[in-house]
Amino acid sequence: MSPLSSTSTEVDEQRQQWAATLADALGNGYLDHHIIPGSDLWVRVAKQSWVEVATAARDQLGCTFFDWISAIDWLPSPYGRDMNAQEDNPAQDPSETSKPEKTIEHGHAGGKTRFQMLLRLHSISAHMGINIKADLPDADLNIDTLIEVFPGANWHEREVWEMFGIHFNGHPDLRHIYLPGEFEGNPLRKDFPLLARRVKPWPGIVDVEMFPGEETS
Amino acid sequence: MNTADVHQRRQMDYVASQAADARLNLEIETEGMTLNIGPQHPATHGTLRLVARLDGEQVVEAEPIMGYMHRGYEKLTEVRTYPQVTTLINRIDWLGSFANEVPFILAAEKLMEIEAPPRAMWIRTVLFELSRIANISLFLGDMAVQLGALTPVFMAFRDREFVLNQIEAVTGGRFHPNFDRIGGIKDDLPKGWINDTKAVMGRIRDFCDEFEELVLGNEIFQARCRGIGIIPPAMGLSYGLSGANIRASGVDWDLRRDGNEALAYNQVDWKVWTHPDGDSFARYWVRLQETREATYIVEQLLDGLPAGPIMAKVPRIIKVPAGEAYSSTENPLGEMSYYIVSQGDLVPFRVKIRSASFSNMSITPWLLKGVFVPDIVTILASLYFILGDIDR
Repeated sequence: MSPLSSTSTEVDEQRQQWAATLADALGNGYLDHHIIPGSDLWVRVAKQSWVEVATAARDQLGCTFFDWISAIDWLPSPYGRDMNAQEDNPAQDPSETSKPEKTIEHGHAGGKTRFQMLLRLHSISAHMGINIKADLPDADLNIDTLIEVFPGANWHEREVWEMFGIHFNGHPDLRHIYLPGEFEGNPLRKDFPLLARRVKPWPGIVDVEMFPGEETS
Repeated sequence: MNTADVHQRRQMDYVASQAADARLNLEIETEGMTLNIGPQHPATHGTLRLVARLDGEQVVEAEPIMGYMHRGYEKLTEVRTYPQVTTLINRIDWLGSFANEVPFILAAEKLMEIEAPPRAMWIRTVLFELSRIANISLFLGDMAVQLGALTPVFMAFRDREFVLNQIEAVTGGRFHPNFDRIGGIKDDLPKGWINDTKAVMGRIRDFCDEFEELVLGNEIFQARCRGIGIIPPAMGLSYGLSGANIRASGVDWDLRRDGNEALAYNQVDWKVWTHPDGDSFARYWVRLQETREATYIVEQLLDGLPAGPIMAKVPRIIKVPAGEAYSSTENPLGEMSYYIVSQGDLVPFRVKIRSASFSNMSITPWLLKGVFVPDIVTILASLYFILGDIDR
C-alpha cells in the first residue's frame, strides 16, 4: 500500500524534469532543489525571482491551482526539548532567545536566512505539487506580491504579513486578517512568546498512551 | 436643505463611521449604503462578518471580515507533542472532525517512514467518508434553510444523527473522535458495527433521493440558485478553490482519486461527480451526488475490509526525525493539507495548516461584486464554509 510505489521512478523523472524546466526559465535566480522520489519536490529561488518562478510554474508546468503561501521562521525554537524533559525550559527573555545556542538548521533545498517564504502550487493535470522557497534577509523583510499571478494570494499574503511581519511589495490591501487592528507583534515568529506556556508550563511526558497490544513495563 | 436631508446625512455619517471601523477604505456617495451582516447572523452560520457596500439592491463591494474565532492553531501545535496535536486539529472543521486528523497523521507518518497496516488504512477511509457524509448532509439541509425552506434542515439533522452514532460507536466521540494515531488507529471496530453501518448507508441514500426531489426539484430553489454565483474554472483555480466548489465548475479533480496519499480509495469502484455550470445549483448538486457516492464507498470498503493488525510498530514516545513533509487529502470542504517541519523534537517545529474554507472564501470579494442582496445568502451558503475552517 505504499503511495505510488509502482510508479515512483517514473514520477521521480517527472519531478527532475520540472526542476530542470524551472532552472532553465529562471537562470541565476534558481538556487537549489530537493526531490523525495515519488513524494515531493522542493525548489529554492532568489527573492528577485519570486514572481517569475510562480509565473513559470503556472505557465510552463501547468501548476494552475494556487494552494497556499506561507513562511517559516527558522530561529531555533525555545520549546525544543529533549526526551527526558519533564518541563519546559523556564521562560526566557526575548533577548536570550534572539541569541540561540543552537544554530539555524534549514530544511529541504537549504537556505541562508532566518525567514523563508514558502509557496505551494499544484498541477491538477499532472497530479503533482511543488514547494517553492525563497530566502528573505533579516534587514530586508519584503517580497513582491503574487496577486498579479494568482489573485487568491491576496488573503494568504495578508496572513503572512500579520503572522510573520513580512511586507509584500505591491499588495493593495495589506492589513490584519485574523487579529484585531491594534494587535502588536507577529505571533508566528519564534521569538513571540506564547503566554499560555509562560503561565502554565508544559507538563512533560505524563500522558503517553499505551497502544493496543503493548506490554506495560 | 430640509430636515429630512439632514437626518439622512447623519445616517450616512453613521454608516461611514461604521465602515471606517471595519477598516474599509471607501468613500460614501449619496446613493450608497453599507450593510453589515454578522458577526452574529443566521445566514452566516458562525461568526463571519460581511461588510457589503450597496447601490440600491446591488452589491458594489463586499468584504468578509473574519478572525472572530481565530485560535492560533499553527502556533499552538509548536508546543504540543505529535499525539497531542490531533486533539487540537479536530476542531478545525468541526462537522467532519475525523477528516482533519488524517492528513496530519499521514504527513507525520511520512516523516517517520511508518506505514499503517492495511486494516488501519481501510478503517481510516471508512471513518473519513462517514465524516464526509455527516458534514455534507448537514449542508444539504442548511443551504435550503438559508433560502427559506425550513423542513430540510430538520431532516438533515435527523439523518446525520445516525451517522454520528456510528462514528461514536467506534471512536467514542460524536464530534471530536481524536481516533487517528501515528502508525494506525486507536481501536478496532466494535462487534456488529459493519451491519449497522450498512443499514445507515441505505438510510442516507434514501435521504439523498428525498432531497433530490424535495430541494433540487423545487422550483423556488432552482430560481434562487440557477445562474447565481458562477465561477469560471480558471478563476476558481487561481483563487485556490477546491473540493465540490471547483468540481461544480467542471474541473474533474478529486484528491481521493488523484492524490498520492495511501488511503484505500483506489481499492474500490467509485465516481467523481462534476457539473459544468459552476453556479450555486451545481455546487449543491455535486455535494448531493458526493454524499450518495460516499455511501457506496463505505459499503464497498466494509465488504472488503482486510484482517490484520490496526497498529504498526511505533515507539512509545514519538520523536519525529528532522525533515519536511506535506500531505493533503480531499476533505468534506475541499483540499486540506498540512506542511510539517520537524527538527527531531517531540514537538513539530512548524505546522502550516491549509484549510479549505479559507481559500474557498477568498473568492467572495470577487464573486459578490454586482450580485443582488438576496443572492449574497445563496452564494455564501453554496460555497459552504465552516468558520473554524476559515479561522483555524
